[in-house]
Amino acid sequence: MRTMTASFARLARLVLACTILFAPIIMSGPAHAQEHERQPLVADLSRHLVAITTGFAGTDVLLFGATDEPGDVVLVVRGPNRDEIVRRKVRLGGMIWANGPAVTLHDVPAFYRVAANRPLEEIMSPAARERHQIGDDVLNLRMSGDVAPEDRAEFREALVRLKESRDLYTVGPGEVNMLANRLFRTELHFPANVPTGTYMVEVYLVRDGEVVSAEITPLIISKVGIGADIFQFAHEQSALYGIAAIIIAVFAGWLAGVAFRKK
Amino acid sequence: MQIYLPIAEMSVNVFLILGMGGAIGFLSGLFGVGGGFLMTPLLIFIGVPPAVAVGTEANQIVASSVSGVLAHWRRGNVDIKMGVVLLIGGLIGSFLGVILFKFLRSLGQIDLAISLSYVFFLGIIGSLMFLESLNSIFKSRRSGGAPAKRGGHRHSWIHGLPFKMRFRKSKLYISAILPLAVGVIVGVLAAIMGVGGGFVMVPAMIYLLGMPTQVVIGTSLFQIIFVTANTTFLQATMNQTVDVVLALLLLVAAVVGAQIGAKFGAKLKAEQLRILLAIMVLAVCAKLGFDMMSTPTEFFTMGIGGKH
Repeated sequence: MRTMTASFARLARLVLACTILFAPIIMSGPAHAQEHERQPLVADLSRHLVAITTGFAGTDVLLFGATDEPGDVVLVVRGPNRDEIVRRKVRLGGMIWANGPAVTLHDVPAFYRVAANRPLEEIMSPAARERHQIGDDVLNLRMSGDVAPEDRAEFREALVRLKESRDLYTVGPGEVNMLANRLFRTELHFPANVPTGTYMVEVYLVRDGEVVSAEITPLIISKVGIGADIFQFAHEQSALYGIAAIIIAVFAGWLAGVAFRKK
Repeated sequence: MQIYLPIAEMSVNVFLILGMGGAIGFLSGLFGVGGGFLMTPLLIFIGVPPAVAVGTEANQIVASSVSGVLAHWRRGNVDIKMGVVLLIGGLIGSFLGVILFKFLRSLGQIDLAISLSYVFFLGIIGSLMFLESLNSIFKSRRSGGAPAKRGGHRHSWIHGLPFKMRFRKSKLYISAILPLAVGVIVGVLAAIMGVGGGFVMVPAMIYLLGMPTQVVIGTSLFQIIFVTANTTFLQATMNQTVDVVLALLLLVAAVVGAQIGAKFGAKLKAEQLRILLAIMVLAVCAKLGFDMMSTPTEFFTMGIGGKH
């Protein structure tokens, strides 16, 4: 039942997103100048590709935009989905702490960040937040594992807490700066350990607790340069990579040995 | 200056890694040990995923063993026949070890397995070494500086085993099962703990096999090269956990550190060195043991599930 509502919510979100994305295309035509005025929300990123190079130590991407009339701006950044296993430690023989029961959470956003111009609770009702999946407390996370249903909430909270401690989840208000009630901007921070993949940056315009407009912009985070080549090599031709690693090590060791003798 | 490690998928300070490599290299030069048993826990401590720490450290040990074995080779202190027998055992062991590693990782118990094996082996070897070197310090004081005699030929059930082989350089005529078994055990450890296994093999060669001390280090280094090379290959193909960038950084610093350490080591007495090493081994053991038993601040851990 829960998954049903979850997929409905997802579907609703998708439909809304598509409508908003394609609305300008459908409606563009003879009344172009008029349409331009009517667009309630525009937003863009300072760049659409974050390159993880050898010197990468985290980065900021600027998000900026404007609204047609005053309203609240809520921003959600979602990383690529993946499965995460959360394990609870148990005490073995009254001595050692070891990983015990485990739960797999499916399709968890690897990165999740919510920002708004004022506290979320003041902007939207929990129902509206749930509908649009805004806030880590309302995220629909499917779970499977050998844990009783009543204990699952604990694992869910742990996932959010662990993600937060790694700077991968943040839900903070007041980080979107409004200028003259019309323009907005915010810096999106991506830490050094940011997972790679395609991100979705969603901007919502909210009036009277309801989303009146939304815009979705993709952001790609990927390894480039030598680091990317090494990663690809290691994963796609792992046998060759292993041999290369050994050859490098033998050569380096031999070089050091020879250098040492000359001294 | 930050550098992004492509396999560990994290950003680290270059100077921190170089400093760690240099410091461990210094200690390994000082004591004549590989240093893997110190480096792997240290890498895990700074946040490198345990699986990557183990795979990468195996790769680094290949290099440090190659540079170490050259000097012993020139002096003729490598018993190749013994090395090959140990190696056969080692290859079997490291193959079993990597499979075990993969299995434990899927169960989510690899961190515990790594810590437990460290505490167990470091505890035993540290205490033995500590007691033995204390003993020899007291003996040498009493008898006026004469070095304590070790090894010797003891006759026990060990000499009754079949498949006897003659090892000329080690002046031994013993069953091949013995070095083979030592090799297997060390191979498993090398794969799970990310160490060369010298700290287990050297005492085993001296006390269990009764090899003369001067060929022990060279022979163990000779064997370690191949076992860690095999471990590197298996970890790279089965787990994709060898980070060459990290290995190279550690390597460069460790080579320099080892030379400085070796010069310092020449100024200290063997017993003093051994007792210092024993204290260090016991300290690492105590730290890991304490971490395992103390109540954690976070009761949950997170790992990536199925690949997408």
